Amino acid sequence: MTYTQLALLAALIIAVVDLYVFKTKLLTRRVFWVSYSIVVFFQLVTNGILTGFGIVKYDGEAIIGSTSPQEGAPEILGDGRIAFAPVEDLFFGFSLVLLTLVIWVWLGRIGVQRNPRSGPPRKSVEKILRVK
Amino acid sequence: MSQFAYLGVLVGSLAGTAWLEFFLRTRVYRRAIRLVFTIIPVLIVFSIWDAYAIAQGHWNFDSRYVTGVIVFADIPLDEILFFIVIPICAILSFEAVRSARDWESGDEVSK
Repeated sequence: MTYTQLALLAALIIAVVDLYVFKTKLLTRRVFWVSYSIVVFFQLVTNGILTGFGIVKYDGEAIIGSTSPQEGAPEILGDGRIAFAPVEDLFFGFSLVLLTLVIWVWLGRIGVQRNPRSGPPRKSVEKILRVK
Repeated sequence: MSQFAYLGVLVGSLAGTAWLEFFLRTRVYRRAIRLVFTIIPVLIVFSIWDAYAIAQGHWNFDSRYVTGVIVFADIPLDEILFFIVIPICAILSFEAVRSARDWESGDEVSK
């Protein structure tokens, strides 16, 4: 299978795991989508470093875009890439983050260190966070 | 840029999220058992994917920018650490949002 196929399949399988296997239903929760939005922004930054500097290189046979150049950066946007990284990486990252949170929440639900729970934020940051 | 470039990104990710544990009281590192038992299955699943992708040539690593330590199935140590660091960052972000907003997340004691 190509990376494109695998990435889509993984995202789909893990979505099913969330909704129907573990029934954590993170995909239906606001807390997941807000956290994921934050994570995906930083994914674009860090993955942009990994792919923009060519630390990780991809084979054009496996992705929508073309093979990463041996020297220099790939397209920053276009040719199947977003912030230097193949669009497939978004599905890879989504799968990684969702599977992680499904297991984390499921463990909490069955009673593995549900407590001490998170929060509240310290007073020093509370003002910044509560602004509407 | 050096053989520590990839590791540097991981250290940056850990450093960039560590403040959440203190300022938002995420208590993720404090719940180390739950954290470890979350990471183990994720690490297994994604290492299998990584091993397959490397074997198929889907991606490769520039030897100038990775440590050069291979763990197994041609997977660089840097990648294994990635599958530990990124889940930690994801959980910290998730618990930080909960800390700030107190939204239902699915692991609360059922009423």
